[in-house]
Order: sequence, then structure tokens, then C-alpha cells
Amino acid sequence: MTVPVLRLGRTLIVTLPSAVSDTEMLELQDRLAEEVGELGIRGVVLDVSVVDVLDSFATRTLRGIAQTVRLRGARAVIVGVRPEVAFSMVRLGLTLEDVPTALDLEEALDHLDRATGGGTGRGR
Amino acid sequence: MADEHRVPIRSEADVLTARHRGRELGALLGLSSTDLILVATAISELARNILQYAGKGEVTLRVVNRGRHRGLEIVASDDGPGIPDVARALEDGYSSSGGLGLGLPGARRLLDEFEIHSEPGKGTVVRGTKWAPDVAD
Repeated sequence: MTVPVLRLGRTLIVTLPSAVSDTEMLELQDRLAEEVGELGIRGVVLDVSVVDVLDSFATRTLRGIAQTVRLRGARAVIVGVRPEVAFSMVRLGLTLEDVPTALDLEEALDHLDRATGGGTGRGR
Repeated sequence: MADEHRVPIRSEADVLTARHRGRELGALLGLSSTDLILVATAISELARNILQYAGKGEVTLRVVNRGRHRGLEIVASDDGPGIPDVARALEDGYSSSGGLGLGLPGARRLLDEFEIHSEPGKGTVVRGTKWAPDVAD
């Protein structure tokens, strides 16, 4: 199964499925690194609102994806960390370090607009 | 549904199966939605540890009773190289594989009870329990 990615202007919206495998996460990382360049993408939204387990591997990979996207010249924002998942991550001692987060898609898109100086191409 | 599930851990797909089974059993026990996620995350860390250090092993999930209390017990066992220094493996940030070193100490913080038996060269058994809230009689 491939993780679904939607394009909105110069933004990609990635919806992570509830049970995403390690392989799919790593494939996603490669795919986003390529698509950011090919499609002139400025912002990537990583939606984790249906993900119910963010363990150490998944968290590290999410950080890796965000860092890869940034190195490719775009910005990533993680949206929709569920309250129970946030609690679990704190217990585990996991952080997203400097990867920005947002409560919902609108806030995530606003964040990307600001971070890229309006470069996400949404015309607002 | 049976009160015990044995999930062989040989691939990352098995990690997903183990945590899914844990959630199912935990839901039957009446664990809260937060506890279900803590349990699933702990199972994920323990099953990953098996893959990483032993290559294969098993996660057993069962309902346990202690007096009036019921809980979900998670046993992660393998015949791998074992842990030479268990106390050190439970320290945050310690990892012999270059990982985050959160597997064991992290799983311990997610559960109510936690113990490790390990013999170098023979394998490791990790046993953790999450107790369900008391049911009013």
C-alpha cells in the first residue's frame, strides 16, 4: 500500500494511515524528497490524525522526513497528533525536536504560508 | 475471543499484528483509550527490540488476574544474544545498536509493571502489565 499524497498548489498533503509500516515510512521519505524537487513544492503537511501509535521508530522517521524536505528547499509541518498519542510520546521521552506542529490543516497551511513567505501558491 | 494471543515476531508486519492484538485484548478488558495507546506503543517498542537484537521471537498477550484486579500482560521473549547489563539497558539513551535507546526504558514508562530476565547467549524475556480500572461489583 502506498501512503496517499494530495497536491494543493505548491503544497503536498500527506495522510499517514493508522498502521503504517516502517517500509512505507521510508518509501514516503524517498518519494517526498523527489517530488519536492520535481513539482517545485514549497510545503509538506504530514497529517497523523488517524495514527494511533507513534513509537520511537515512527517518530524518528517523521523527523527524518521533515529534515529531508527542508534540505530539499521546502518546509514540513506535522498536523493532528492525537492527545493520547502526545501523552504516550511524552511518557516514552520522544520529541519532534524542531519540527513544527499544528492542530489542524488550516493552521498547518497558514504556518507553511508564513514559513515560505507565501510560496505555497494558495493565493491567500 | 481467547484470553491469550501468541504472536510470532519475524518481520515488521508482525509488529503491527502484535500491537493490534494488544489493543483488541485491552479493549475487552476495558482499558481507557489512552491506556490502549500506551499498551500498543509499548508492544511496538518491545517487538521492535526483538527484531533488532534477536531477529525473531514472540510476543504473548494475555489477561491476568490478581485478586479483583484484571490486567493485560505482555511477554516479549526471544532466544537472541541476551542483554549483558540489564540495569544499563534500562537507562535512557543507552543503546547498543545506535538507535534512540528508548525501547526498554520507554516501554517500562508506558506500563504499570515491568521486569526483564536476560541471560547472555540464551535470550531475553520482558514481562510488562497494564492493569485495568477496577470494575464496580
